[in-house]
This record gives sequence, structure tokens and C-alpha cells, in this order.
Amino acid sequence: MNIIISNSSDEPIYEQIVKQIKNMIIRGELAENEMLPSIRSLAKDLQISVITTKKAYEELENDGYIVTVQGKGSYVAAQNKELLKEIRLKIVEEKLAEAIEAGRSIDLSLEEMQEMLKILYEEV
Amino acid sequence: MAAILEVKNLKKDFKGFTLNNISFSLERGYIMGFIGPNGAGKSTTIKLIMNLLKKDNGEIKIFGLDNIKHEKEVKNKIGFVFDENYFYEELTVMEMKRVIAPFYKNWDDVTFNKYIKDFSLPANKKIKDLSKGMKMKFSIAVALSHEAELLIMDEPTSGLDPIIRSELLDILTSLIQNENKSVFFSTHITSDLDKIADYITFINKGSIVFSCPKDDILENHGLVKGPREILNDEVRKYFIGIKENHFGFEGLTKDRQQIKKMLRDNVIIEKPSLDDIMLYYTKEAKM
Repeated sequence: MNIIISNSSDEPIYEQIVKQIKNMIIRGELAENEMLPSIRSLAKDLQISVITTKKAYEELENDGYIVTVQGKGSYVAAQNKELLKEIRLKIVEEKLAEAIEAGRSIDLSLEEMQEMLKILYEEV
Repeated sequence: MAAILEVKNLKKDFKGFTLNNISFSLERGYIMGFIGPNGAGKSTTIKLIMNLLKKDNGEIKIFGLDNIKHEKEVKNKIGFVFDENYFYEELTVMEMKRVIAPFYKNWDDVTFNKYIKDFSLPANKKIKDLSKGMKMKFSIAVALSHEAELLIMDEPTSGLDPIIRSELLDILTSLIQNENKSVFFSTHITSDLDKIADYITFINKGSIVFSCPKDDILENHGLVKGPREILNDEVRKYFIGIKENHFGFEGLTKDRQQIKKMLRDNVIIEKPSLDDIMLYYTKEAKM
């Protein structure tokens, strides 16, 4: 599990943590019921304050991504499978939209792009 | 949960300097940085907490107990690190330890030896022959070897190189892995605190400017840069201080959202460092 914190970024550190853990859960890199590091050990490793990691976990819990069991720790919450798939589909759609935009900027036709997609799909 | 350290309306009058109604408190399991320029009252406050100075007024409670009435009991559970060396220079590390250990009810040689090893401290070297960093590590080893629950440090990072400073931060964050312990340390090197402190208490000219979670401070304040034309009386109200030059201005606001709403794209708003914040507040107080 990788969490990369930027101190120079304008985004508050707790938000950076929330975003990255959410992404890991959405992409399935963190599985259901997997245990997360304790807020204190995460703070120690990232060399940030305990209050920051606590705030991040609280937000993740409010959004339903993790559950915290008092005295035991925090776990990845059981995810609504349909919802998760929906989110992942949306990510694919967004990336495709980006690709289409890039194609249009150099006047690629739909056929040309479909051809490209076909080749890449088989290669990757 | 009860505070591990609570200071209420603390007052001390000197000739030419007054510590004025200092109040703050620290919970168990957190690190508090005590910042302020030289001569702001940091060391005086710490000395009052340790009962090395007599207070004129106010209340200090440690572990929920009065720091003077229960001095012995309280000090048994405090680890104290001074910025100056207060050990006997002519003794070796081990000899010094033998002098100190009997003062503490819960002295633990195993822990002490572990720190000596971890810090690679030469056990048979005289204290006076230790480098400044080594002396600091020895102080910390002593402070952590009697099951202290509260670690109080006066300027522990001053005069240390960045490598030892970073090691010290590691030690402090390890210490609070156990949710029962707290660290209170004063410093004017705020870059260290930028990272690990949970709470910041800022003192200037004998008075507390603020005492709150570091994240709140850094999120609410903003370092604003922009053209001078947009500064009017209404805008200025939201600034702690403003520096103007021929090409524009830079200022510190404690209401970042409001400034964003008012000035939008006309200015750049950056995340301030604790240094920036300390600088603007102390400068303002002088004017």
C-alpha cells in the first residue's frame, strides 16, 4: 500500500490521504475487510501529525469506505458491488472521453479511433 | 479524557517582562509544539511547569495533579530535557546514570541500555567529550528510562544538525504510538514542528497568541500575494500583516476562505509555513 504525501501541494494532507485510500479501494487494491494501518503508525511513517491521519480516517468512515472497531483498528468496509462497478465504469468513460478529445484535436475520425482502440485492446 | 498537562491563567512578573495569564492544555497521546521568538516566555513557562520558578498566580496541573503539591509524584512520571547540559561534565555516561537512576522510582536499566545502544552512545566517555548531538541523545535516554508519561523538552533541536533532528522526531513519534504518552516541546525551529506536531501553542511577548491543532492553523491561514491596487480598508481588515513593495504585496490572512471570496483570481494564495505565521504575528505586535 503506497501513500505519497506532498507537503508543497495546496491540498490539505488529510485530503491527499483520503483520496489515495479511496482510489485504492475503488481499484480493488485494498480488499474488503483488509486491515488499515493504525492512525498512529501511519502518522509516524508519513511523519505527519496524528490529528491529520485521524481526520482522514474519520472522513473515510463517514463516506462509508472504512469501518473502525474500537480498540481493534480500521478495516475496509464491505462495498456495494453494484456501486463499485458503477464508479469503475465512470472512470473508464472519463478516460475514453479524454482520448476522444485528444483525437478530435488532431482531426481523427471515429473509424480511425475505433481502429486504434481495436489494435491497442488486443496488444495491452 | 483528562488533560495530561493543564496550565490555567499562569502569571509571573519580572522586571521588564510579564508572563500574562497563560492558559493551554494537552491531552494524552499527542505532541504539542510551543513556539515563539526568543524572549517570548517559552523557557519561563517551562520552568514554571517544572517548579523551577515560583509562579505569582494561576494553576498548573500535570496528570490532573497540582504540580507543586504533588511535585514528587508528578516528577517521577516526567521526562525532562533541557537545552543546556546539566550533567556533571567530568563523569562518564555510565557514572552519570548511576547518579541519576536512584532519584526515580521506576528507573529501568534495560530501557536505558537499549537507548544507549540505539543512539550509539559511548558508555565510558566523559560527558564533556560528547558532541552536542550526543549530549542531547544522552538527555533523552535519561528522560525516557523511567517510564515517563509526559516528556517536556526545552529547545531540544537547537544547535543540532538536520540528521539528528530528524532522528529525534522519529523518537518522539515512536513514543506516542502508545496513546498514553504526550510530548511538550518548545522550539524556534518551526520546520521540525511543521511535520509532527498535533497542536501548536504560540506565545509572543508573554501572552498566548493561539493554542490549537496545527492542521486548523495551516488550513485557515493563507499567504496572499497580489497587486497593491486591490488593498482597501475592507480587505486589510482580514490581514494579520501586509508587506508592500513596488511590485505588489504579500500578506498573511487568518481567513483564507473570505479572502478567496473577495479577491478571487486577483491574488495567489499559498499555504503558509509556521515560520511565515510566526513572523507576521510577531511583526504585527511590534507595530
